[in-house]
Amino acid sequence: MTNKVVRRWAQGVAVVAAAALGLTACGSSGDSDSGSGGKASDAKAVQAALTKGGSITVWAWEPTLKQVVTDFQAKYPKVHVKMVNAGTGNDQYTALQNAVQAGKGVPDVAQIEYFALSQFAFGKSVADLSSFGAKSLSKTYSPGPWNSVNINGGVYGLPMDSGPMALFYNKKVFDKYKIPVPTTWDEYLADARKLHKADPKMYITSDTGDAGMATSLIWQAGGKPYKVDGTKVSVDFNKDPGTATYTKVWQQLVSERLVSPVSGWTDQWYKGLADGSIATLTTGAWMPANFTSGVAAASGDWRVAPLPQWQAGAHASAENGGSSLAVMQASKNKELAYAFLQYANQGAGVQARLKNGAFPATTADLNSPAFLNTAFPYFGGQKANQIFSESAKNVLPGWSYLPYQVYANSIFNDTVGKAYVSATPLTGGLKSWQEASVKYGKQQGFSVG
Amino acid sequence: MTSELAPAAGTPTAAGPSRAYPVLRTARLPRRRKAHGRPRRSVLLTALTSLVVIYTLVPLAWLFINACKTQPRLLSSFGLWFSGDFALWDNITETFTYNDHIFVRWLLNTLLYVVVGAGGATFLAVLGGYGLAKFNFTGKRAVFALIIGAVAVPGAALAVPTFLMFSKMGLTDTPWAVIIPSLISPFGLYLMWVFASEAIPDELLEAARVDGSGELRTFFRISLPLLAPGIVTVLLFTMVATWNNYFLPLIMIKNPDWYPLTLGINSWNAQARTVGGEPVFNLVITGSLLTIVPLIVAFLLLQRYWQSGLSAGSVKE
Repeated sequence: MTNKVVRRWAQGVAVVAAAALGLTACGSSGDSDSGSGGKASDAKAVQAALTKGGSITVWAWEPTLKQVVTDFQAKYPKVHVKMVNAGTGNDQYTALQNAVQAGKGVPDVAQIEYFALSQFAFGKSVADLSSFGAKSLSKTYSPGPWNSVNINGGVYGLPMDSGPMALFYNKKVFDKYKIPVPTTWDEYLADARKLHKADPKMYITSDTGDAGMATSLIWQAGGKPYKVDGTKVSVDFNKDPGTATYTKVWQQLVSERLVSPVSGWTDQWYKGLADGSIATLTTGAWMPANFTSGVAAASGDWRVAPLPQWQAGAHASAENGGSSLAVMQASKNKELAYAFLQYANQGAGVQARLKNGAFPATTADLNSPAFLNTAFPYFGGQKANQIFSESAKNVLPGWSYLPYQVYANSIFNDTVGKAYVSATPLTGGLKSWQEASVKYGKQQGFSVG
Repeated sequence: MTSELAPAAGTPTAAGPSRAYPVLRTARLPRRRKAHGRPRRSVLLTALTSLVVIYTLVPLAWLFINACKTQPRLLSSFGLWFSGDFALWDNITETFTYNDHIFVRWLLNTLLYVVVGAGGATFLAVLGGYGLAKFNFTGKRAVFALIIGAVAVPGAALAVPTFLMFSKMGLTDTPWAVIIPSLISPFGLYLMWVFASEAIPDELLEAARVDGSGELRTFFRISLPLLAPGIVTVLLFTMVATWNNYFLPLIMIKNPDWYPLTLGINSWNAQARTVGGEPVFNLVITGSLLTIVPLIVAFLLLQRYWQSGLSAGSVKE
């Protein structure tokens, strides 16, 4: 536990430190432009880099990339790729931010989640890939991920996977208590009451406050609390209709203690998913691989259904999670780095990753019959990809994250998290989250309205 | 611990009938009232001590029991008893082989940090403590104040400034980033100082000087053996501190090839929080168990030296 606290604190310190050192508007990237700074590079330069060989460092925590690296080096023997797991999510961003700041030890390629990418793009610490012709790939990727890597007219990464949302539910529990699979969030709330009444140990889901989940559900409800235009930013959870839709239902779940007080990704959470006491999970389509490896005991109990709707009969969806691979501005070998991106996120690497349970961001794969007809033994033979693929098409357009979302998410639990442990309503929590986000944005030199 | 019962008459001990007893009998010991010299028993104290023992050993027992379980069983069984197949050997094998034997690498890294870091810290503390205890020079009081102040500063508070300094020097992400800060142990220095002033009589040093021994030679030939118990104590402290160090390497080291065990096991634990990651709670637990074994061994081996030093200076002769 103390380690966790220390790590939290360390993250805080590092985030603050990175902030204090100014990672925005004036982000200089050290002495980096010896690579491909000024001149437009094209496919030929990338190809030349591959034949010439060299070595690049990749920071990523995605396990399926290991195979990709092996295959890539086999195909191009002169190329050496060093893959480093420098931490997961925020841990890695902190390290990355520190390395950029120090001007030393910056990798050539980094895995960056979609919500965090704009922070690095604004800080000019990741390279714009337009000069490599990345702009022409808009049809290659599904709209959600593609929008996420397009920031202020540049392309700052190539989508690696995506997380169109779905409802995962424990069929065994639902059958036992004769609960119908919810199609709307109101039905979901009714199910939550019914289940918890039938057995006080059972909960419809677990939630202690999760920034990614909250923003995704607001997104699905049509909310647009963040508006970003260059360095003009606005944050508004108060008057945002989507946010109101979300808090109306979620407040009841929280107030009536219908969500289990277990944080995601902890061992109790895995235990709850395995023994049925956490009966549903609304999350991204990348989850099946985690089910297979982490909740093996419940194999066959779970099924997938479309995400419950805020309005009956609608087909709205949102993204949750998913990462891109980005080329760092400080890289000395951007051509080779981009060649790796192409291989991993467009080329043969995609198939290798799908085989190991990753979820694609490429339209061709999302629509291929082989993909759509894959039966998941874990979900009792269900062809779950059809639901995920449908969800990917229904992701609402026009959502954007803050150019400092990493920081904003890091203070979610200190603000909105209070609603889960005290009498503070969610709306009040969101209000203080908004205030803190605005204040921080101003300190960073954004014009926040 | 001196109340060992003498072997009953007639039992041959390993060394034959010992001559020590007659001598003991003639020694003038204060006569106790109780004829049998049994130590007094106190139910309350026994109960309290037992509570503390249980409190201390339950986590260890938990660790051992759960290191014997498979990954799925960990989450579905009662924590304080065995369940399912006895998987300890499989877990140990897997811990050592998982991720291309990276655990072995982490173990060696930790050993490097401990041997160089804690060993160096002890050596410096001995030199400094001896010098401060046995030599007079201007500014000694200021140094004393500085050290006492430094003892009060937690290491974690210095980690971030140290990181910024080291990154300017280009030392981050190298073993030096962990070793250099580990060399400084204000508490060890203070302990050595106090110990040296008690354990080494000034007369002894004067005698050595009169006999024409140089300072260095005096230090190595006369003072060091006298300081042994203190040295072992400081060595134990710095060893445990370096072995368990988490925060410093956490912010200094990003390359898993230089992780110490603490960070390595934590990175395995973090796999459970990763999309597409593989939860390996069984390896985290087994790895933790393996991590504390060397510390226990070190304590058992060094205990003898340690205890003999605890009473130094407690009696004025």
